[in-house]
Amino acid sequence: MIYNYYPGCTLSTKAKQLDMAARRCAEVLGFPLVELPEWQCCGAVYPMAPDAIAERLSAVRALVAARENGGVLVTLCSACYHVIKRVNHDMATNAEIRQKVNNYLQLEEPYAGETRVLHYLEVLRDEIGWEKLAQLVSHPLKERRVGAYYGCLLLRPGAVLALDDVESPTVMEAFIKALGAEPVIYSMRNECCGGYLALKDKAQCEKLVSDIKNNAASCGAQELVTACPLCAYNLTANGAAGSLPTRYFTELLAEALGVAESEGGAE
Amino acid sequence: MAVDEKQLTEDILRLAATDVRRCMQCGRCSANCPEGFKMDLLPHRVMWDLNSGHASELLEADAPWQCLSCMACEERCPRGVSPARVMEALRLLQIRQQGNNKLPAESVEHYPSDMPQQLLVAAFRKYNK
Amino acid sequence: MQKIGVFVCWCGSNIAGTVDVAQVVEAVRQIPDVAYAIDYKYMCSEQGQELIRKAVADYKLDRIVVCSCSPRMHEATFRKCAEGVGINPYMVEIANIREQCSWVLKDKAEATAKAIKLAKAAIAKVRFNGALKPGESQVVKRALVIGGGIAGIQTALDIAEAGYKVDIVEKEPTIGGRMAQLDKIFPTLDCSACILTPKMVDAANHENITLYTYSEVESVSGFVGNFDVTIRKKARSVKADMCSGCGICTEKCPSRKTPSEFDMGLKNRGAIYIPFAQAIPKVPVIDREACIKFKTGKCGICSKLCPAGAIDYTQTDELITEKYGAIVLATGFKTISLDKFGEYGYGASKDVITSLELERLTNAAGPTEGHLVCPSTGKEPKKVIIVSCVGSRDVSGRGKSYCSKICCMYNAKHAMYIREKYPDVDVTVFYIDVRTPGKGFDEFQRRAVEEYGVHYVRGQVGKVVVDGDGRLTVFVSDLNSGRKLMLNPDLVVLATAVQPSPDARKLATMLTASIDNDDFYVEAHPKLRPVESPTAGIFLSGMCQGPKDIPETVSQAGAAAVKVVGLLAKDKLLTNPCTAQCDTSICSGCLACTHVCPYGAITGESKPVITKLGVRETRTVAVVNNALCQGCGACTVACPCGAMDLQGFTNQQILAEVDALC
Repeated sequence: MIYNYYPGCTLSTKAKQLDMAARRCAEVLGFPLVELPEWQCCGAVYPMAPDAIAERLSAVRALVAARENGGVLVTLCSACYHVIKRVNHDMATNAEIRQKVNNYLQLEEPYAGETRVLHYLEVLRDEIGWEKLAQLVSHPLKERRVGAYYGCLLLRPGAVLALDDVESPTVMEAFIKALGAEPVIYSMRNECCGGYLALKDKAQCEKLVSDIKNNAASCGAQELVTACPLCAYNLTANGAAGSLPTRYFTELLAEALGVAESEGGAE
Repeated sequence: MAVDEKQLTEDILRLAATDVRRCMQCGRCSANCPEGFKMDLLPHRVMWDLNSGHASELLEADAPWQCLSCMACEERCPRGVSPARVMEALRLLQIRQQGNNKLPAESVEHYPSDMPQQLLVAAFRKYNK
Repeated sequence: MQKIGVFVCWCGSNIAGTVDVAQVVEAVRQIPDVAYAIDYKYMCSEQGQELIRKAVADYKLDRIVVCSCSPRMHEATFRKCAEGVGINPYMVEIANIREQCSWVLKDKAEATAKAIKLAKAAIAKVRFNGALKPGESQVVKRALVIGGGIAGIQTALDIAEAGYKVDIVEKEPTIGGRMAQLDKIFPTLDCSACILTPKMVDAANHENITLYTYSEVESVSGFVGNFDVTIRKKARSVKADMCSGCGICTEKCPSRKTPSEFDMGLKNRGAIYIPFAQAIPKVPVIDREACIKFKTGKCGICSKLCPAGAIDYTQTDELITEKYGAIVLATGFKTISLDKFGEYGYGASKDVITSLELERLTNAAGPTEGHLVCPSTGKEPKKVIIVSCVGSRDVSGRGKSYCSKICCMYNAKHAMYIREKYPDVDVTVFYIDVRTPGKGFDEFQRRAVEEYGVHYVRGQVGKVVVDGDGRLTVFVSDLNSGRKLMLNPDLVVLATAVQPSPDARKLATMLTASIDNDDFYVEAHPKLRPVESPTAGIFLSGMCQGPKDIPETVSQAGAAAVKVVGLLAKDKLLTNPCTAQCDTSICSGCLACTHVCPYGAITGESKPVITKLGVRETRTVAVVNNALCQGCGACTVACPCGAMDLQGFTNQQILAEVDALC
């Protein structure tokens, strides 16, 4: 099985830790990530309008490249996962979008949503399995009380992404447990951090993040993990300073697997 | 010039691609919206105005620019309606017109060096064309 | 020469709007053996039927064709009419020019042409109709009621009072159902147990009623008037005839880890238990999964302490077979699981409860003896919010699309209980609509607002956030003022959607009773036949047929009982004569028919036959049991030599129709 990898632009630069830890761990766990030779920025937001064809092209190009290589397409960043998987769903189910995109791309073989898009967490859960992961953990994160922060883009819309139950997800908690840490469940783990609003209304973002962090802290979380560089940025830059450090889930994974140490925390 | 409400409503619905007639005005969308305390027109009100022929008022509202596209409204709506898509339609109708960008680059006070480019791309794509 | 009468119905504008009925009449008049043809607005009416009677007398008609609606509607009507003037009822054929013609076509020319073809086909068929005689079957004068809640109990009592024997099969250890769990019930706010328990006692004591509790229906075969049912009496591990109901065993049982189903998990029960104090029968049951003795071999305290020596660990399930003339489904409901509704915090906080759990908390016989407390702290709440429509009116795929009907009323009820007992507690009901259409219902709900000071806010809860210290923060909308609110109640009550019992689907299959996508049993006609299943001999009572409150349930229970009594009162039932028949002179005894018959109506038997060449011999041939045969015709298709034919739909008749059409 080839695990085609779509890093996305932020992972190549500002969120390098998320990327590097992920690659090293994937090798150790037996699903080496093969970066797509050519990829473009996915656009960071999913174009909802049915007539937005150009905005869907870069995602389709990534999907087609993965199809050519065979195997699945793995993403790490929640936003990239959200965009690419939703566009993939459009290509499979919306005849007009599919036709217009294919008309433009003029591929030898038109694309109809054949590629499977997986989030790194899905690979861990469904291909590797938590038991095997737990066995490979050499530095269990004992007594670490970790809250999973899912954010909104990783889970919603549930009907399309189908990664986990949207309101009562368990994948990240199972991940944390497999690493030997204690997962802390808190109500706000799937509520939005403010996302792109951070650029326009920083104050509102700070409020949203505070609510999330206060809830997590009150339930006993000492640190948060996330899969989204934008969430990581908001949680760090816009929350009550110093409280509840946020790291990428792959950094914790690298730590637990004893893979070469990654730089600490989100920048 | 008098706005053709019917045409405007059709334009919004075409871009939104969601069946707004299913809305039963239950208010779950508004209750879930993280921006709900700040919006001038809550999501349920947006759906009401659209369904009752007051779409032109929606173009004056600040709500679409406060919306986070977090999909909480769509996810928790018992009728399978998406206020998020309606907000997107309202945004697109405005920014697709020339000279209607809502977030000029100069208006942002400070660009911290650790700001992920994902944030810049996302924000400018939502507010500008 | 035959004398066929053809009667073409307008059905008001249903047929005549799309079919030129006069033209149809003209077309069939040309056919030689059609002695009389006429059209009329409503053939099924008294005037229409009189036309038939008169025509039969005046023109000496011996066969009748009615071109009208589906035979499912009025074939029986016209057969009866024919019988009334001396014509065998099976000499009547219906040409369906409504459901199969005027209702599916738009073009008048096309529809008229089709109607004429259908009429000609019916005429061609009726030429070969035989004067069939229905058979008779007995009616077993005993009814079975599946489900022992208020619906089942009321139906059984009404049947028993009419003088017929009736058995109630209830899967729980006691009868009483959901109503036994309730505190006070709308719109009168009388005590539920106080009005239910006398009925439970009546049911137990009535000479015509037999209770099979802790029992389930295992299998059903047969047909209306003659059902063969196997009931599994599950092993209680207690000898009911020796048990005095003293309850010592339930008090002393050391296993205390099982959540009580009756108390909605708010309290634990022992492994040996009686669901509630007024249980009937008052005989405990051992839950073998929770019982230490059954799991490990140790303990046995209940047996040691039982003064009557009634405990019997070796007891096994018992199978009983019984015959019934009619079966009533009264399997009731439960509330849906809130697994997919994580945003409400149910499961994250003990203080987020369902309405049925609230009933147990306010019930004086409940886990807190009627004290309303927050389950997490045991303290009285100061602020309670009640959320309507949790999981109802939901077409997104997470919940149920229907309105659960009872919640608007019970929300008002709950709000009033709380305000009456605890006037300092703030209660708010969040609603989408308030649905209170019954007698006194709207006044009831308005009392909550106007006399009891309950706040009614149009809006819904979005999310319940639970903090580490248990504090609840609820985000909710207030639609009339157009605001989003943040509240901190101590107790959140979710009016959860109802759904039919999980056994509904299994029973529907066993009885071949229709069931819809939501697992509610389907009635034969939503307006005119609400308590009968389309399957003859099966009746419906209570929530299992659709959401309804107690007044409606009791009404429907009585209606179902009357239908049952109407059936049981008959000494015999006429069986459908359109059954399969085997021509033994050509039957080769291959018995292919026996394999395809879904009703087990055909057997191979050794019989003396005379072949077409006049040879007498004894060989295996197919024999049809006319009582079981439902006339589906599968055997006639399977039969390789054409020995099997279906009376009323013979090969000759069908081919004549085909010839007329093509």
